[in-house]
Amino acid sequence: MKFAVLRFPGSNCDQDCLRSLRDTFGEKADPVWHKETSVAGYDAIIVPGGFSFGDYLRCGAIARYSPVMAAVREAALKGTPVLGICNGFQILCEAGLLPGALVRNRGLHFICRQVFLRLENNTSPFTCAGAVGQTLRVPIAHGEGCYFADEATLDALEGDGRIAFRYCDETGAVKAAANPNGSLRNIAGILNDQGNVLGMMPHPERACETRLGSSDGRLVFSSLIESTLGQVS
Amino acid sequence: MKIRVTVLPKPSVLDPQGVATAEAMRHLGWKNPGRVRVGKIIEIDSPDARPDEDKLHAICRDLLSNPVIEDYTFEIAE
Repeated sequence: MKFAVLRFPGSNCDQDCLRSLRDTFGEKADPVWHKETSVAGYDAIIVPGGFSFGDYLRCGAIARYSPVMAAVREAALKGTPVLGICNGFQILCEAGLLPGALVRNRGLHFICRQVFLRLENNTSPFTCAGAVGQTLRVPIAHGEGCYFADEATLDALEGDGRIAFRYCDETGAVKAAANPNGSLRNIAGILNDQGNVLGMMPHPERACETRLGSSDGRLVFSSLIESTLGQVS
Repeated sequence: MKIRVTVLPKPSVLDPQGVATAEAMRHLGWKNPGRVRVGKIIEIDSPDARPDEDKLHAICRDLLSNPVIEDYTFEIAE
């Protein structure tokens, strides 16, 4: 399986993604500079975390106009899985590939710590190796991670099963006290209507080895690999 | 021409910067500052003689603001 890991000026989790995909999973993964105009030949695209273009104007607002994003949009419409992590999630929302927006954390602080996520959907290519209700321990590191959308959009996401992950406590209970950033309905990750684009604020690529504190993030990548190889064979 | 674009969080979006700023105003002795919202002003100093307002609206909508969370207005000083 061959992954494209996009790289914008200011991306800083691209190496973590490349390392996890290559070393932990033994898959092929290439960095793809934001000026590229094609992502042909890749089975999946990762839009990594960081501070693309210094978060100028709004997080992701300038990156969404990078040339590579037109190719990402085209690939996404054709069904290629696209995973946006942290700043990648912000970019996908700004690009209109996912609904809603990420705004300043309710408590104003930049938060860098482990959180617990409840898996809410196991029918997507990013979550199919898991079980609904399963709890994952994965780090977050963001200042603008508060998910916002209007009520109609939130109801539609919920009704269609497009909420992939919610913030929860260690027992898996989704409650206000377990919400680190004020995200509406504790949303940590959502899917597009086709189910092939996932945006999530937590960093699964930083939780792929037990010596990093958790290997629960593997689920996202192993699901992607399983679902893609399943399609091929 | 000079164009001044003002971008503010929509009233329906919680603005924690505005809340924190209002709190600081209370500390400075203003008992009731009311609702405070923090946004941004973008000043454009263009050699163009007159604005293409449709184009300007498109740029405000597609780049300078995010309509999901923000409203914009602009003023043109010829």
